[in-house]
Formats: sequence, C-alpha cells, structure tokens
Amino acid sequence: MTAVLAFYLFAGILLTAGTMVILSKNPVHSVLWLIVAFFNASGLFILLGAEFLAMLLLIVYVGAVAVLFLFVVMMLDIDFAELRAGFMRHLPVGLAVAAIILTEMLLAVGVWQPGAGVAIYGAVGAPPVGMSNTQWIGSLLYTRYLFVFQSAGLVLLTSMIGAIVLTHRQRVGTKRQNIGAQVARTPASAVHAEKPKVGEGVAL
Amino acid sequence: MIGLSHYLTVSAALFVLGVLGIFINRKNVIIILMSIELILLAVNINFVAFSAYLHQVHGQIFAMFVLTVAAGEAAIGLAILVIYFRNRGTIAVDDASVMKG
Repeated sequence: MTAVLAFYLFAGILLTAGTMVILSKNPVHSVLWLIVAFFNASGLFILLGAEFLAMLLLIVYVGAVAVLFLFVVMMLDIDFAELRAGFMRHLPVGLAVAAIILTEMLLAVGVWQPGAGVAIYGAVGAPPVGMSNTQWIGSLLYTRYLFVFQSAGLVLLTSMIGAIVLTHRQRVGTKRQNIGAQVARTPASAVHAEKPKVGEGVAL
Repeated sequence: MIGLSHYLTVSAALFVLGVLGIFINRKNVIIILMSIELILLAVNINFVAFSAYLHQVHGQIFAMFVLTVAAGEAAIGLAILVIYFRNRGTIAVDDASVMKG
C-alpha cells in the first residue's frame, strides 16, 4: 500500500515538475523544477530497487548537470521575454504532435506482450542472495561490460576536451608569461655591469 | 499493485513532455537542452523499469551509459551555447542560419 502511494506521489510530482520545466517563464525556475523532477525520478528508481542508480542520478544530475545549467542561465544576460515570442504560435502544433505521440506510445504499452521465453515478473526483482544492488551492478560492469565502461570514460574525456576547446579564448592585449623566453635567458644576456661617471646617469 | 506498465506510462508521458518542450520553446536553446534531459530521463526510467521486472541488472548498467552520454551532451551543448552568445549577444536559435544548413 505504501509502495503504491509512493509511486503515485513520485510519478505525479515528476510529471508536474516536467510540465513546469517547459512552461516556466523564467529559465532559472525551469532549472529548479528540473531538479525537482530528478529527485522524484530517483524516488521511482528506489521503488524499482535500483538504489545505486538513484544515488547516481542525484550526484550526476542534481550535483553536476543542473548546477551547470544554473551557472549558464545566470551567467548569460539574456532577454527571456523576447525568446518567448513564438510560444503561443507553436503551442497548437506542439500539442497535436504530443497528443499523437502519447496516444501511440500508450497504445504500444497497452497491447505489448513479452516475446516467447521472456518472463516479465509481477514484482520488482532483487539482487542474488548476499549481494547488494551496487555489488550486482559492479559484478557485471567490470567484467562483461568492461570495454563499454572504458568507452564511456572516453566519451566523458572527449566531451571535457570539447567543452574546454570550445569555450577557451585568447584575450588580446593582455600580458602573458612566455616560458620559452624565460628559460632561454642566460646570465650573459640578462646581466651587464656599468661603471657610471660621477654626476652622470646610466643609459640602460 | 504497481506493474511494469505503470512505469512505462509515466515514462511515455515524460518523454512527450520533453518533445512538447522542444516544440513550444523553439527559440530558447536552454529550455531545449533541458527538454532533452527530460527525454533521456524518460529513457532511463524505461531501462530501469524493464531491468527490475525482468529480474536482471543489464538495464541498470545501460541506464548508467545513458547518464554518461547525457552529462557529456549537456556539457558540450552549454559550451556551444556560451560561444554562440559570446559571438551574437543572443541565444535565439531560430535565426542561426550562418551555415545555411
């Protein structure tokens, strides 16, 4: 009973938050609603027995992605009223397409039957005896999915390099350290003795 | 009792919300990126729901990979957004036609 109640609570807030993400006038509010949506999705994951993924969702999405969005929204000085100009114009077409896709997907969910030899159980599955959900994931991730795991790391590396290369810029007119010239300097070229006459200056 | 189809329905509704968000906020690329995050979240809910009701863990592992791609996509998307804003002073993407695509 509690699980049923929790499911409807999480699902209801998740869909409400999703609606608010796309309807909010202020993108900062959109990001905050996105965070609410992620929290409730991780609640759904816990109901499904995927505790590790639930925590990962909070850490990766709420901790990193949503904060990144918040940074960018607040860093750029944008006139958001102007950006909403076509809102009402696109609404009918958008609603029509959304209704069609939703109907199709719900029909597909309604009539879908698992294929021969595939068992869909009535209840949420648990890890093998003596294992936690995290252990269960790790026992497969680091063995059968090792190469996929490594390529996921490569994807992250690529996106990190890409983001840095895209946003990096060399400012003109600023003084920068020239390490080559600094290292190539010798005492012979840097120091020289002068013997000025009394009463005269030194020309450097 | 909550079954697999309940989760699939929620995920379908969330997916459609993401698509609708892309349609109605066609100018605001920040909201479009957030809508893509919503769509990927719906995909993740599908993966985890199937994984739970098939009593197997493979779906959860794939959801992790989806999470990885989503994080990378958000980083690259926001980086492109920042340089676009730096060059044009706006983020209205419907007049981004420099490349005549």
